[in-house]
Amino acid sequence: MHAAKRAVIAEDSVLLRIGVVKVLETAGFEVVAEAGDAEGLLRAVEEHRPDIAVVDVRMPPGFTDEGVRAALVIRQQWPDTAVLMLSQYVEERYAAELLATNTSGVGYLLKQRVADVEEFIEALRRVAAGGTALDPQVVAQLLVRRPSDPVGRLTEREREVLALMAEGRSNAGIAAQLVVSESAVAKHINNILAKLDLPRAEGDHRRVLAVLRFLGVSG
Amino acid sequence: MTRSEGRPGRRARLTAQAAFLYTGVLLHGAAFLLWVWFSLTVVYAPGVAVAPLLFATAGATSVTWLQRRRFAAYADTAIPHTPPVKAPDAFRRAVGRLRTAAYWRHLGYHQLAGPVLGVVEAVALALWVGSIGGITYYAWYWLLPRHWAFVQWSDVDGWKMAVAGLVVLPFLPRLTGALLRLESVIARRLLGPSRAEELARRVEDLAERRAETLAAADAERRRIERDLHDGAQQRLVSLAVNLGLARATLTDLPPEARAVIDEAHREAKEALEELNHLVRGLHPHVLDDRGLDAALSGIAARAPLPVQLAVDVPERAAPAVEAVAYFVVSEALANVTKHARASRAEVTVARAGDTLRVRVVDDGRGGADPSGGTGLTGLTHRVASVDGTLAIDSPRGGPTTITVELPCTLPSAL
Repeated sequence: MHAAKRAVIAEDSVLLRIGVVKVLETAGFEVVAEAGDAEGLLRAVEEHRPDIAVVDVRMPPGFTDEGVRAALVIRQQWPDTAVLMLSQYVEERYAAELLATNTSGVGYLLKQRVADVEEFIEALRRVAAGGTALDPQVVAQLLVRRPSDPVGRLTEREREVLALMAEGRSNAGIAAQLVVSESAVAKHINNILAKLDLPRAEGDHRRVLAVLRFLGVSG
Repeated sequence: MTRSEGRPGRRARLTAQAAFLYTGVLLHGAAFLLWVWFSLTVVYAPGVAVAPLLFATAGATSVTWLQRRRFAAYADTAIPHTPPVKAPDAFRRAVGRLRTAAYWRHLGYHQLAGPVLGVVEAVALALWVGSIGGITYYAWYWLLPRHWAFVQWSDVDGWKMAVAGLVVLPFLPRLTGALLRLESVIARRLLGPSRAEELARRVEDLAERRAETLAAADAERRRIERDLHDGAQQRLVSLAVNLGLARATLTDLPPEARAVIDEAHREAKEALEELNHLVRGLHPHVLDDRGLDAALSGIAARAPLPVQLAVDVPERAAPAVEAVAYFVVSEALANVTKHARASRAEVTVARAGDTLRVRVVDDGRGGADPSGGTGLTGLTHRVASVDGTLAIDSPRGGPTTITVELPCTLPSAL
């Protein structure tokens, strides 16, 4: 067993920071640094080169989108560090900015998802391992912008599977969520890819990429 | 008591009347001479057409200013200001002033009414001096030389002078008072703003005040949003996280205790959801950061029915207008959810010139009535606050279309 994955956290609310650190430690991460603003975060990432940075979007001094901008810097300068953004509200626009260049090792979730500890830990591990975790609300926001006809051709169940794919979940994850068999999920996915004219990609990550491209957030 | 108060009041009034007459003669005379001088410049130096311009800038404004002071000090009359001419430099301001009706009224006051009033004031002043001088004739006549200023002073009948003075003097305060009131009326008419100018100024004032109120309300919403974000929301998230941790890690508790934790966890999350919804309705942060387009997908996605969104706003509108547009979509979708029994809705936002058009269409049962207290009243008010219009087309049986048009810029910078 190799060393524990290392994490830094940037969150200006001390109360919440303590909670998230506890969750990270429960998940087996080693929290090597804590920051209260974007500048501190960038310093910590440069110094520790962690496996993952958990970043609040709204931080001092401006309390607007400091976290998003810091995350973009991290992704450009230290691409080996995965970034999981947490926010009181999720916005598809921020997600699109984050995913524009590279969709691996990115997460963007509502803060309240941390409270669903098991699911959050799963998303954390997925992102740290180079996967994607998008909040269901981001996916819903992305869907309202799509012209309805191709999505309209999907069945209710297929739409659910599409949304879960966009969130970055694996076949097993989707199957567990919908309480169906993995082979049923695979069948749905094939139908979706066919109906939306998407390439039949090998591997979870390439499939996520295809879906996100369909939703218009990655190039 | 009234006497002791009345006396100084009376004396002050008489002093003010005298001062009013003196300054009147001086100012009207000065204005007239100024005008004569400028006119002569034009006549004897043809091509120097700057004289009226000079008068418009230096002459008329300073004499008008002095007249205002005079009426305020001695006639207890405030003459409202005429609307200022807005131009980048003094020359263009002067030229601009020539084109205003106010300038020509001022000119009329100084050049036409002024000389007449000046003469009337001089006569009134002469009556005062004459009657007081007449009454007191015996007290000072011996100071004069026998022949002075064309009058054989030693031949004047002192008692006739005294009688004439006594007869005239009692009428003078009332006469001066009447003249003062007449002058005040004329000055207000000619030096003050006309009714149209006054109304225009009031409209401008009100528009400005409304813009300020709007900005204040906006700032207040932002402040509350910020306070809730920094306080209650973080606490609730933290509470939910801790309960979530307890739920995930305290696996060896008795089932009753676990059930309590589960319940608390669920309720904390629901409370958070409700609070988030409320706070986001106040003022979404992404609206400032990324504009209307980015902010609207949030509410569209949160609606419990499928909503399709199309936004085409190449250039951002004023922040207050964006906030109203956001509120319109938010309220309209809330109404659709509550009342329309619709299966889907469509939101389109487009900018055409200086107009932002927001349209929300649903396929529900229709019959929406703006006066029916269905939240549409609040919508109408909010739209009207930025001079927007709202139209509802909702035949019984549907579909319902709400169209809102908003000006993209507001009169005063918001």
